[in-house]
Amino acid sequence: MSDSTTTEMQMPATAPVLPDAGGHFGSYGGMFVPETLMAALTELTEEYERAKVDPAFQLELEQLLHDYVGRPTPLYFAERWTEKLGGAKIFLKREDLLHTGAHKINNALGQILLAKRLGKKRIIAETGAGQHGVATATVAARFGMECVVYMGAVDMERQALNVTRMRLLGAEVRAVTAGQATLKEAVNEAMRDWVTNVRTTHYILGSALGSHPYPMMVRDFHRVIGIEARLQILEREERLPDLLVACVGGGSNSIGLFHPFLKDAGVRMIGVEAGGHGIRTGEHAARFQGGKLGVLQGTKTWLLADDDGQIQLTHSVSAGLDYAAVGPEHAYLKEQGRVEYTYATDDEALDGFQELSHVEGIIPALESSHALAEVKKQAPKMSKDDIIICNLSGRGDKDVEQAAKYIFGESGKKES
Amino acid sequence: MANRIDSTFARLKDEGKAGFVAYVSGGDPTIEKSLEVLRALERAGADVIEVGVPFSDPLADGVVNQMAAQRALEAGATMPKVLELVREFRSQSEVPVVLFTYLNPVYTYGFEAFHHEAAAAGADGVLLLDLPPDEGSRNAELHELPDLKHIRLIAPTTPESRIETLCKASEGFIYYVSREGVTGAQTELSSGIEAQVAAIKRHTDLPVAVGFGISTPEQAAQVAKAADAVVVGSAIVKVVEQNASSPELAAKVEAFVKPLVQAAKSV
Repeated sequence: MSDSTTTEMQMPATAPVLPDAGGHFGSYGGMFVPETLMAALTELTEEYERAKVDPAFQLELEQLLHDYVGRPTPLYFAERWTEKLGGAKIFLKREDLLHTGAHKINNALGQILLAKRLGKKRIIAETGAGQHGVATATVAARFGMECVVYMGAVDMERQALNVTRMRLLGAEVRAVTAGQATLKEAVNEAMRDWVTNVRTTHYILGSALGSHPYPMMVRDFHRVIGIEARLQILEREERLPDLLVACVGGGSNSIGLFHPFLKDAGVRMIGVEAGGHGIRTGEHAARFQGGKLGVLQGTKTWLLADDDGQIQLTHSVSAGLDYAAVGPEHAYLKEQGRVEYTYATDDEALDGFQELSHVEGIIPALESSHALAEVKKQAPKMSKDDIIICNLSGRGDKDVEQAAKYIFGESGKKES
Repeated sequence: MANRIDSTFARLKDEGKAGFVAYVSGGDPTIEKSLEVLRALERAGADVIEVGVPFSDPLADGVVNQMAAQRALEAGATMPKVLELVREFRSQSEVPVVLFTYLNPVYTYGFEAFHHEAAAAGADGVLLLDLPPDEGSRNAELHELPDLKHIRLIAPTTPESRIETLCKASEGFIYYVSREGVTGAQTELSSGIEAQVAAIKRHTDLPVAVGFGISTPEQAAQVAKAADAVVVGSAIVKVVEQNASSPELAAKVEAFVKPLVQAAKSV
């Protein structure tokens, strides 16, 4: 990476102004946590604020991102797919090529460096698809820290490969059987662990959600995606893209791509939620489509809840998007009208999954395939001079078995 | 009319005794049986009863209370039904009732409507585990109304400066969490309870109840020496769980709680 890029990464052109000191993005976000967690969150916020302006911290992070994680990732022109869709030029931001296979490691690395500063020796994390768990287990191994990953029992079954990877990396994977036994329950268990072991343990939360400072901190560690993409497209096409597309579970890869472009008024942005079996079936994870305002796991945001405020079951073919709440900054960006939010169904995502595999020789993660499904809808409607950047947030190795069941098997339903 | 929480603690002070605060999950195992459990708690001598409004994602609770909430939800518990439970209980009792829950069910019900209707049903206070005073004061829609006393938690990790803030924002009594962790029985009590209670008392005249982890009469007596009240939750919830389908449920709860109350009042 050139020196100018390095400087750009250290001091982003558009410095983030949100959230406020209490973690609020407009009326969203905040710190809705039990008092037992407040001291740890405050300590973390203060340490993060110090690290953010500490050149030594930034330098170590940058070097590891470069040498260990493999940044910068390419911005790849998907020529054959562009031809096939017959519209806008499609560029893929190749986060799938990062060490461990997804964008998640940007944040895991940043946070473990913080944990080191805080003197914490034990790392915990939650994981849905397993990508964040693998990223966390990886950096924990790299820094010689004890690591416990909480994972829903249902997710452990559908992401068995990642469970094995985490164990190989020396992490203990603890099955969570409560409730729906997916990501939300894993977050609950991780928070419980943290409340109990707060003096020795850092909780590496894996998405831009939960209580302050996580939505801000996780976003900041992923902004590198958008910062690179912006430079790369300017260098290659000498202009900004017309459209950015990314999938939205908690919303970390999407906020990472979108955030550095927020002030570029001409750049349209679409976040793609998991439509599951379709919004009308109620079996989905599209919070902006079928959800309401509420408070879950520390943050005020859009979520899927029933009329009594109980959190509802979600469904997605992709474990990483199977979560009842969306990151609070996304709620804010939707309210502002800055980012549009739509959804892709399981079938549409699987279609995108296969198409990219066939046409470009890239097997995408099922999460990222939701974004690809939206590109399939948008690109043909756009002019050949237009540019789309789609965040290919992860690779699909972990999903091959799961996808094969849907594609080649008869099961179109979620396994129980 | 004076709030029942205030008058209860005033009475305890006159008597020179520690209070006993009992927690159960509202609607566990069913709304009907839950009413019997509440009445059993009163017969056993509880001075204050905390009724959990079940929530699907109780992240500050341990597995015992989580399972209780799940049982209650599966049996059809909702906010209106728990308020109805309180109303039924109140029709025959003057024991103060504190609703113990998370923000989302209250937010969804309507924050203001909840305050009015909970008070009308006979609840005296509320403890919203995931609503710190900082958030309450900056959200107009989370404006706390005087209908209910707002009880707050203080944790062993809470720094002195924040203890002061929390004390100022507290009403009724302070709930000191005597150990780090989620709700649930533990065998050894955290040390330093006395010092922590004293640290809290430097900032408030409110009574301090100590809980999280008390399950035996010995522990109750030990905590009663240092605190104005002893809180027992998960240990009672476990008795409810073990006797959920028994016709003896209420009797078992009463038999379990009575020695705890006596121990708390023995010092």
